[in-house]
Amino acid sequence: MADPTDAASSSDGSPETSADLLKELVTHLSANRTNLRQEWARRIGEARLLTALTPEEIFNEATSVYDNYVEVLETGSVEALQDYARNLSERIIPRGVETDEVLGIVLLLRDVLARSLFQKYQTDFDYLNQVLDAYEPAANRIANTVAINFVQERERVIRQQQEAIRELSTPVLQVRERLLILPIIGVLDGQRARQLTEQLLRGIRTNRAKVVVIDITGVPTIDSTVANHLVQTVDASRLMGASVIITGLSPEIAQTLVTLGVELGKVNAVGDLQGGIEEAERILGYQVSLGSDSIEDSQLR
Amino acid sequence: MAVPILKQGPFLIASIQAALTDTDVLQLRDDVMSQVTRHRSRGIIVDVTALDVMDSFVSRSLRGIAMMTRLRGAETVIVGIQPEVAFAMVQLGMNFEDVQTALDLEEGLALLQTQEGPADGGS
Repeated sequence: MADPTDAASSSDGSPETSADLLKELVTHLSANRTNLRQEWARRIGEARLLTALTPEEIFNEATSVYDNYVEVLETGSVEALQDYARNLSERIIPRGVETDEVLGIVLLLRDVLARSLFQKYQTDFDYLNQVLDAYEPAANRIANTVAINFVQERERVIRQQQEAIRELSTPVLQVRERLLILPIIGVLDGQRARQLTEQLLRGIRTNRAKVVVIDITGVPTIDSTVANHLVQTVDASRLMGASVIITGLSPEIAQTLVTLGVELGKVNAVGDLQGGIEEAERILGYQVSLGSDSIEDSQLR
Repeated sequence: MAVPILKQGPFLIASIQAALTDTDVLQLRDDVMSQVTRHRSRGIIVDVTALDVMDSFVSRSLRGIAMMTRLRGAETVIVGIQPEVAFAMVQLGMNFEDVQTALDLEEGLALLQTQEGPADGGS
């Protein structure tokens, strides 16, 4: 009988003490708000973190983070802090703030606060221990929340940009009835090459293309994987009844391909885009002539 | 399921309707050969639009049909290869290098007709 009561009272007692301690912490932090905030901002400047922001901005953000910090300690709910961290990340990521900087400032705040606690309770070591027991988990949780939110936001931005690049990077354009152009600009990696193939083959189907001009003037280098993929794309297009002309192979790429020994014998290559389109028109049976009557007449005679 | 083979002027059209078993493929080969002989066809179109996978046996057999009919004086055109199928085939090294291909039935007929053209004497 006595044991359960004991256990109950002690389990009742300990969260209460911890809550009490947290309350005391919050009072302490609120009382010293100005000091600690300034100290933190000073330490941030000293450590050369957040150099992308002005001192005033750092101070303002420091204030908000500080208040959020205290609020988390007070309420135990990290939701408001999460929102704030996400919002902060959204604002500072475009300005080039790095993950280590964000982690650095949160850890600095943790350090600043812990030091102030040490100072206050240095006479009573046992009590300091208890205070730290209450403070440490909460502080860790806050540091975690901010860091995770920052990284998540960053990843979200990266994903969004990748998506955008992927969407934009491989346009399939129709220039004439049954003639498609596929201008490629930028580095071709495996994934982009695969996507390019997919879009091209689908484009051939929807536009009923007979000739496709792939222009790689804007591609700086090519490796053997991508080169082989390009050859496969040419073959696959042929299976769908379209012939492919590759234009704009730079001298460097040409050299690379020959050195790598890529089988390009069957690939129809033309020097530049203009030549490629002319070749395509020839295959399709177009004849280009100057519009002026007199010239046409003189050619006919 | 047997593949129907239709006669269209000097050409034959074999339109594959569903996935083929190995037996179906061999049956198709025999049917095409006998029809080519009977009708003295000048060209054959094999329409594979309905196939969303093409294994190595099917593609090897189609190539075989093309080679055989060529020996009987008839050109084979494979039409309607799906984008995914085309790329999968190329990755497996089945390039159909010596077989003619076209986008769809219409293109295939046009291709055969232009090849027939000169022989018709521009009628």
